Amino acid sequence: MANALRDVAIVGVAESDIGRVPDKSKFRLSAEASRMALEDAGLSVGDVDGLFTTIITEGGQFSSMLMAEYMGITPRYTDSTSIGGSSFVVYVEHAAMAIAAGLCDVALICHGSTNISDRGGRGGPVSQSTEVFGPTQFEEPYGVSTVGAYALAAQRHMHEYGTTLEQLAEIAVATRKWASLNPKARMRDPITIDDVMNSRVIASPLHLLDCCLVTDAGGAVVLTSLERARDLKKAPVRVLGAGEAHSHRMISQMPDLTQTTAAISGKLAFERAGLTHSDIDVAEIYDSFTITVLLSLESLGFCAKGEGGAFVSNQRTAPGGEFPMNTQGGALSYTHPGMFGIFTIIEAVRQVRGECGPRQVPGAEVALCNGTGGTLSSTGTIILGRD
Amino acid sequence: MAAPLPPPLPRPYQDTAAYWQAAREHRFIVQKCADCAEFQFYPRGVCSHCLSSALEWEEASGRGEVYSFSINYRAPHPGFADKTPFVLALVTLAEGPRMMTNIVDCDPDTVRIGMVVTVTFDDVTEDVTLPKFRPL
Repeated sequence: MANALRDVAIVGVAESDIGRVPDKSKFRLSAEASRMALEDAGLSVGDVDGLFTTIITEGGQFSSMLMAEYMGITPRYTDSTSIGGSSFVVYVEHAAMAIAAGLCDVALICHGSTNISDRGGRGGPVSQSTEVFGPTQFEEPYGVSTVGAYALAAQRHMHEYGTTLEQLAEIAVATRKWASLNPKARMRDPITIDDVMNSRVIASPLHLLDCCLVTDAGGAVVLTSLERARDLKKAPVRVLGAGEAHSHRMISQMPDLTQTTAAISGKLAFERAGLTHSDIDVAEIYDSFTITVLLSLESLGFCAKGEGGAFVSNQRTAPGGEFPMNTQGGALSYTHPGMFGIFTIIEAVRQVRGECGPRQVPGAEVALCNGTGGTLSSTGTIILGRD
Repeated sequence: MAAPLPPPLPRPYQDTAAYWQAAREHRFIVQKCADCAEFQFYPRGVCSHCLSSALEWEEASGRGEVYSFSINYRAPHPGFADKTPFVLALVTLAEGPRMMTNIVDCDPDTVRIGMVVTVTFDDVTEDVTLPKFRPL
């Protein structure tokens, strides 16, 4: 398995127009990102024979059939695994396996969402249903929301380990510094720890600036065999290791609010890559909320459980810090169309290629991406490296 | 503006009808597996510990402890617009399983992790009653 994954490479990445894009549908954003990622690879849509996508909002049912039809693709390998924002990271593992097994040659992973335009603003209602069928009827009538669910985890982590609001704010401040170096980032003005702590409380203990943005955006990633990749436009970025896992659907069923399945998916990714934490030059950690980053870093084993707060202190993850993280500005400051996973991959590939200009991490050869989906429910971890 | 939407309410189904019916009668029941003796929440058609279908309903103590909570200032749904701030909570029941609920009948700022709570019934409509919890 480990060797098979290593014979596959990412050869193209792109994001669509991002931010507030009211005149373009989510299908178009996904398709335009796909076109640009194929151009980045030097491939054409006719080369694509594997498709990986999911849409979890209105009109997105049967996602891979829908998007294949929209773009005129007839895939012989298809995957609509739907485990939230981590899905796109997990697709890298699935695509690598499919390519290594000869089930497809060129895999396209794509995503598009018009989350901000659909909601009419960041504070717009997430749901308008009046009746709840299925297990979520044991959560929705009590007013659960994504931020509310993640707030429960933050409160518990603070209770068990003494994690502070200042420590959570360190993440938001460092991420904004990276965003200020990225012209595509939505929020680029510097913020301070006090700004985060003085922003209004959305769901205690989480403040507004502990929460990701809500935007429109599309993204796409193209993979093929390492052999073919070496003949393409840009230097291949190899898939060195990957892992996936999920533990629950609803936050009330999460076995331990302070640990995600990154403890499983991360361990698998490191084992399969034959690498250790000190080999990682840059980390792209899905930051739906500041607490997501803290739990992910601990669960991935970058620090011990409970020590995430100390780990991120003193702007350790900021530009120039010891642990460069979320270098495009993250979901907190760059973009967040509801599912962010694909954007961690796009940035990791650009970092490993050395394309990042003022935000380039010098000498970045190995990158780790960790996607989290649902309400801390699922994770996908991949490790990418220079050929 | 149209009339505000009511908050989302459960539509009972095969697995959950008995639970919601009991709640209407102000009884709080949980499932116990006749094969492995484990309790579970939420109600399912099989045991989530051993996959047995031999599930029995037990009258629960209604006692629990706050495992975590969050004071919510933003309505996730128009039906909560006049209910903020409210306390979203996870309560570990005396029987073992954990459930989502609201902590009510107290100042939100006094809620703490580890607080001992007891069930109370909120008759939201004629047909639907939600078990909630208050400090003991």
